[in-house]
This record gives sequence, C-alpha cells and structure tokens, in this order.
Amino acid sequence: MMERRLWREASFDLTGKILSINWIFVGLLCALAGVGYTALYSAAGGSPDPYAFRHALRFCFGAVLMLGIALIDIRFIAKLSWLAYAVGVGLLIAVLRMGHVGKGAQRWIDLGGLQIQPSELMKLALILALASWFHRASWERIGNPLFLIPPILAILVPVGLILKEPNLGTAMITAMLGGAVFFAAGVRWWKFVLVAIPIPFAAQFAYAHLHDYQRARIDTFLHPENDPLGAGYNIIQSKIALGSGGLWGKGYLQGTQGHLDFLPEKQTDFIFTMIGEEFGLVGALAVMGLLCVIVLGGMLIALRCRHQFGRLVALGVSVNFFLYVFVNIAMVMGAIPVGGVPLPLVSHGGSAMITVMLGMGVLMSVHVHRNVEFGGSDDDR
Amino acid sequence: MKRETRHSGVFTRRALLLMGGQVALLGGLAAKLYQVQVVEGRRYATLANENRISARMIAPPRGRILDRYGTPIAGSRINWRALLIAEQANHIPSTLDAFSRIVPLGEYERARIDREINRRRRFIPVMVREFLSWDDMARIEVNAPDLPGILVDVGTTRIYPFAEQLAHIVGYVAPPNEADVADDPLLALPGLRIGRAGMEKFHDLALRGRAGSVQLEVNAVGRVIRELDRVEGVQGEDVGLTIDAGLQRAVIDRLGDESASAVVMDCRNGEILAMATNPSFDPSLFNAGVSQAQWVEWTRDRRTPLINKATSGLYAPGSTFKMSVAIAGLEAKVISPNERIDCPGFYDLGDTRFHCWKKGGHGGVDLRNGIKLSCDVYFYEVARRVGIDRIAAMSRRLGLGVELELDLPGQRTGLIPTRDWRQSKGKLWNIGDTIVSGIGQGYIQVTPLQLATFTARLASGRVVQPHLTRRLGGALQPGHNPEDWPPLAVPERMLNMIREGMWSVVNEQSGTAPQAKLPDPKVAMAGKTGSSQVRRVSREMRESGTFDSEKLPWEYRPHALFVAFAPYDQPRYAMSVVVEHGNSGAGMAAPIARDIMAIVLQRDPANRTDPPPAQLAEVKR
Repeated sequence: MMERRLWREASFDLTGKILSINWIFVGLLCALAGVGYTALYSAAGGSPDPYAFRHALRFCFGAVLMLGIALIDIRFIAKLSWLAYAVGVGLLIAVLRMGHVGKGAQRWIDLGGLQIQPSELMKLALILALASWFHRASWERIGNPLFLIPPILAILVPVGLILKEPNLGTAMITAMLGGAVFFAAGVRWWKFVLVAIPIPFAAQFAYAHLHDYQRARIDTFLHPENDPLGAGYNIIQSKIALGSGGLWGKGYLQGTQGHLDFLPEKQTDFIFTMIGEEFGLVGALAVMGLLCVIVLGGMLIALRCRHQFGRLVALGVSVNFFLYVFVNIAMVMGAIPVGGVPLPLVSHGGSAMITVMLGMGVLMSVHVHRNVEFGGSDDDR
Repeated sequence: MKRETRHSGVFTRRALLLMGGQVALLGGLAAKLYQVQVVEGRRYATLANENRISARMIAPPRGRILDRYGTPIAGSRINWRALLIAEQANHIPSTLDAFSRIVPLGEYERARIDREINRRRRFIPVMVREFLSWDDMARIEVNAPDLPGILVDVGTTRIYPFAEQLAHIVGYVAPPNEADVADDPLLALPGLRIGRAGMEKFHDLALRGRAGSVQLEVNAVGRVIRELDRVEGVQGEDVGLTIDAGLQRAVIDRLGDESASAVVMDCRNGEILAMATNPSFDPSLFNAGVSQAQWVEWTRDRRTPLINKATSGLYAPGSTFKMSVAIAGLEAKVISPNERIDCPGFYDLGDTRFHCWKKGGHGGVDLRNGIKLSCDVYFYEVARRVGIDRIAAMSRRLGLGVELELDLPGQRTGLIPTRDWRQSKGKLWNIGDTIVSGIGQGYIQVTPLQLATFTARLASGRVVQPHLTRRLGGALQPGHNPEDWPPLAVPERMLNMIREGMWSVVNEQSGTAPQAKLPDPKVAMAGKTGSSQVRRVSREMRESGTFDSEKLPWEYRPHALFVAFAPYDQPRYAMSVVVEHGNSGAGMAAPIARDIMAIVLQRDPANRTDPPPAQLAEVKR
C-alpha cells in the first residue's frame, strides 16, 4: 500500500512525464532516421528530392506523434485495446473490399489522401489486445487451454484476413508476433510444440493454394539463378550490389548498382543494399548494430516495466520491430524469399513510418508509465 | 509479492530468451553479410562492373582501293542519314507524316520503321532514310521544329568512281551475315560492310582496319551515362592496285557492246594493267542491296555481266594454242624449225580427215610459216609427233589450264587434257583427240587471263604470275620486280623462233592478221589469232560450201581471240582479247588488240609513276 500511495502522491505531472521519457532511446531512433536520410539522399542520386526530405518531414511528424502518445497514460491506452483491435479488423475487411491492388495483392487503403496498410496497424492493435487479455490472467488461467482459445482466435482472424489480401509475409510476421506475446505471457513450451508440429504439413497445403506470384517468389528464392532477368533479378542484383561493396564500400554516392538503376526498389525494400554497397560491410554492420541496440532497448523497457500489460506491449513492439529488421535484411541478402517488408525508419514510405512511430509511441508510454499502479491479475498484486 | 515475482520472473526469463534469440539471428545475418561482402566480394565486384560497363566498338574507316597512280577506285563517301529517336517524338506517326512531306516514305519503309521502333528501346535511334541528298538534308534541318525526334546523322558509304569499269576487279561490299559476325564482332556494328567479291573480298581484313573501342557506363536499361575510356581504332589500309584506271576505261570503251574481255599485263613482272570484262555491273548497287528485278536481269543476260570473263570465262584457245604445241615440239626435238610439212588442206588419220582452215592448203610449211599462216595441218602433224602429255606439260608451264597465283577470288582453272585425265573419266585417249588439241580445240579450255599470262611468259621468258596488288598500306609488294620471277626453263633460241612467228602474223602482209599492225611504224607488235568453235562443224555444212559462220545465230558463232605482245624487240606488254562469238580472231579481236596496244604504248604505264595526260586515254579507231 505504501508504494501505491507513493506513486499517487508523487508529482507525476506533465513535466515529470517529459523528463521520464527515455531520451536515449529517442536519440537512437533519430540516429536511425538519420541513416535513412543519408541513404535516401544517395538513392535519389545525391539530392534531398524526392525521398530524403520527405523522409525527414515524416519522421518529424512521427516523432511528435510518438512523444504525444508517450504522454498518454498507458492505462488509458489499455482501455482502447479492443477498440483498436476492432478498428484494425474493420480496416482489413475494408481493404479487401475496396483496397488498391498493388503487385497482385490488395494491401493499401486510402484514408483521406494518406495511404495506409491496415495490416501494419493491425499488428499494433493485436499486440495491445493480446497484452490486455494476458494482463488480467492469473498463472492458473494461462495454464488453462480454454483460456487460450479467445487470444488464438484474436490472432487467427487478422492473419486469415491478411492472407486473403494476399500478403503471405505480413501474415506470417503477424502470427509470429502473436506467438511471441503468448510465449512472453508464460504459455507452456509444449503448447508451442503442439502448434508447431502441423506447420510443415500446413505449409505444403498452403503452397499448393498459393498465388502464382507467391509461388514464383519461393521458387526464385530457392533457385534465383534460374531466372536472372525475371523474378530472380532483384535478389541477384542486390547480392551483386552488396558483394561489390566489399569491406569498406564504394564510397558515399559512388554505388554503381544503385545509381545506375540495376538495383530495384533501392529507396524502399532494398535501401539496406544501397548502404551495404556504398559503406561496405563496416557500414552495414554499424547500421545493423544500431538496429540491434534499438531492439534490445525496447526489450529492456519491457523488462523494467512493473505491470504485465506494459511488459507485453513493449515486448510485442520490440519483437515487431525486430521482425521487420530481420526479414528485410535477410531478404536483401537472399536468405529468405522477397516480401515487401521495408527497413523501419530507413526505407522510404509514409505508411510504414507512421505505424512504426505509433508503436514506438506506445513503447515510450510504457516506459514513462512503467511504475504506475495497474491492477492486473491477482498474481501481480 | 511472491506471485508478482513469479509472473515477472517468467516474463524476464522468456524475454531474455527472446533477446538472446534476436541477437543470435542478427548475428547470423551479420555472418551471412560477411560472406557476401567479403568472402565472395571479389566475384560480385566483377559482376557489378560487367553490369555497368558496356564496351562498344567504333567502326574504323574502311581503307581505299587505288589504282597504280593513286587514283581512288573504291572509297568512302559521307552518307547523310535521318534517324528517329522514339522517346523524343511526341507522336511518332505525325512526325513521320511530316517527314514524308519533305522526303516521301513508301508504305514498305513505314512498316519497317514501325517494326524497328517497336523492337528497340525508345532511346535507340532507328534509321528512317539513308543516302539523303544535300538538299533533302537541308530541308529536314530547316523543318526540324516540325520533326520532333528526327535527327540527321552522318555515316559513310562505299563509292566506286569507276562503277562498272572496274566492278569485277574491285568487287563490292555488302552487309555481313551472322556467320561473319561470329568471326569478328566488329562486323556487328551498324552500317559496317564486308567485302563480298573482288579486291574488297581478297583484302577485306587489311581494308577493314582494327576497331576502336569505347567503354561506356550504362544504367540498367542500357542508357549511356558517361564515357569511361576510348581507344581509337586503326583505319583500314589503302590497297594500291597494278591497274591503270585510265587504261582500263579505254579498254572498256574499245570493247564497246561486245561480250568480251581483254587483259593487259606487264609481261616482265605479271602486273595486270587492265583487265576488262564486258558487259559489267555497278558494284555500288550492292551497298544498299540489289533489287530482285535487277538481279533477274543480270542473271538472265546471256552476256553474263556478273561473271568476270577474264578470269572465269572458259574458251577453247584455238590457234593461239599453237605456240605451245610448237615449243613442245621444239623441246621434244620432234621438229626442227626449218622442216617443211606439206599441207594439202587436210590431214588424214586412218579413216578420219582433219581439215585445214584454208581449203586449198598451204603447201610446204615450216615453223615460222606455220605460225604466220596458222596452218592447221602443220600443227596436226606436230601434235601427233609430240603427243598430248608433252603438249599438256608445256602448256601448264606456260600458264594454261593451271591455277594462277592471282590475288583475286573466283578464277577458274580451265583444262588441258592428258591421257590420265581421259582415263580418270573411264575413257581411252584417242589419237584424234591429240590432233584437234594441236589447234587448241577439243577438250582444251583456258581463260583470257591464262592466255595473257601465256603470252607474257613467251614474250619475257619468265614465269610471271598475274597479280593485281602493287601496294599495301603504301608499301610496294614483292613481285613488281622482273627478278622476282624465275626464268622459264625454255631455251631463248626456241622462244625467239616463236616470237618471230608471231611477229610475222602481224607484220607480214601474208600473215593472218596484218590489220593488227600498229599505226606507229617504229614499234612492232607480235600476235596470234585464234577462232574457237563452240559447235562442231558438220561435214555436210563444210562440203556444201554454205558454211558461213556470220550467218549462224549469235550463240553458235565461234569465239574470236587474239594474243599479242609489244614492243617486239623489247617486250614489255602482253595482252589477250577474247570476243565471245566474235566469229574471227583476225577480223574481230585483232583490231581491238591493235587499238588497245596503241594506247598502252602511248600511256606506257609500266614506266610511268604519275598518271598520264587525259588525252592518252582516247581511243583512236
């Protein structure tokens, strides 16, 4: 009781909140956005137009959004969890009905001039919903399989809708993200094993029902050299760009693969390749190090939080960020099939930037409100 | 408190596990990155350069072909071309319509242009029209604002100032085919031509030169970003011929409308000064491609304009062969120059009677008269005594029926028959075959160039080989010196007997060709007539007395031949003239030879280094 009073009575006003923001973390994000600016400046052939300047503007907007959300009480955000979830599912349904078709899939929806990918918003909403579900769960209830059915459904509904777009990559990331929250919430190991067993069979079944372009993507991944000018072109050119960068790189603005347009989508999905070509292994590893520090920083915020909701949300946001990073970098190196996953805060693109910064805002709110009294399950009292 | 610890304890454990997993996965990516960027880096660096650097070749200017005085007989001329760059045209059809109003484009051309535009990238120029006149080019430039996307460009095209006069020697160039391109990638360059015939073909590699190259940085769609490096090519070498172009023109003029050929040679070194074949064709027509109609016209013409009669026309040498028979007889010692053989006008061998061309016969004939009068009976007898194999051996030494070392593609060998040759055909040699061979009939076939070479060897006593190349890239080639050629292994004494006989043919009133006497009394020409039958004269025709070859259809008339050399006392020029179906060597070929030799002696190309004055090319008839 003493502790609770302590928090209630302490001067936890606006100034205190602003001071308690994790400014080091914010600085890391700014550094990452700066890497993005540098790379996009080069991608435009040494010009702030058309990518880098807009990237900076969006980041500024996103930063304000993040800081704004950081000041919102995490308990209020928790109350909105299921509403956000409902909106997310609604948008996913809407995109299926009237979304833009890009590269054979419906992914984008136009909201008053802002094109967004509802699947990205959905991931954040899913994190919130799952966190609030497990927040109130006692240890015993988590052990009860029946208790796990609603959150499993909460994962499967958006995953199914995203699959239907169809966007295999995001659907898998969403499912893995849900799995990570389940894992962190304390669901037993053997239950994951139980779920994992049928996956190979499901994969085989799914392959037979995939769209041609998805199958081409997997085939290309397995044998990129079979079709050097077709579907394998992107991966081959990306590897050539990375490999030709060598240890120290070709120098800023000197990348031939990127500047001569051999590298496809260099300002979006393949921005990391651009960095690897111009700054070499050293530059690429430095950027990877920064990304790793941001991921671990998010995880540390989760560890330092004293309520289950915050812990799970922070972990979910960090894992989500990690999955973006991992899939993107693995993709440009040809280690996993290409799927339109951008490198967060570096790739050009408004929707991804806003959704990433929304997530970071929630993460920051967890940090600011890590010690608030937030009644959860009896286990936490 | 214990419960909270339990909850957060599980979370902490699992979060740390996740963090470990994340770091491990990123570490894996870093390892993979190390492999791609450092371990395999060199390979990918090469690939990146292959991506961006496009080496293109620059076509070197093709070398010229010059005559012996340096007059160009094949060169390159500026070729104005209109090109269309599709991406610079707002609306391609309207640009082409506007272009058509200045330079009309046919429907076929429009279809070709559309096809090329669709096939190529939009920044690569497509040829709209080439060989534009200066006026057309100027009008296009003036109207440039109405012709968005049209670009006037300058290229080169092959020109032949002497057109048909030297067509068979110079040859022609044509676009290379795929097999050629596989041999030399230079040929893939647009507008490049390859020698397809004549000197253009024989000296193609020297004329072609070496390609320059330019290394260009290109982007993914092939657009040139900048030039990285440039190596200028080496221009093709000029080829200097032995031909005197002015003389060649005069010879062609003198041949007139006849289907004929004439070869003039420096008899001391084998340089071909003129080699005319009539009719001919314009080689520049091949540059742009020959029309079907033109091709059909050429191939159907019985006067065969596409065939170089001088090197590829095969004719029985007729009486011009008699010198070879005579030398063979002298060398074999089966005749002596003064021995007289009686000519009653015919020669009986078993049941067969061979006629002399002169009905009443020549009476007693020695070697000199045999040549002067061209007595057939004399040579029937000599041939019988020598035998065909020795005649054939001597003829080959003199350059008949053998492949000459000529630097021009496409010569034919002809035939001097032997017993073995007949046997290889599964037939037995007949003594009658030897008899007709004695007067250059039967199976014998030679080319006019062989006849000229034969005459040159008789006149100079050297085994000269006819050739056309005098200079390559300015350097005199071996062969221009008489000492470059070995002496003919025939005693000068025998050759003089033959030369004297040939002198009498022209310079004695009783010779067979007194009309061939040169107008200048100070210079004497020696020669020999020949008329070769293309069809057997039947006994009935001969005996009915109605045989008159003038009345035969053109293609059945005998060929008219004449071989000559001059000056008699110091032989310098040898010549052969063959007029297809010209009936009589003396009547048709000898006067032509006389007129040509007169010009040759006036121009005297063998002793002159600068082109002779223009009036020396005039033909006086």
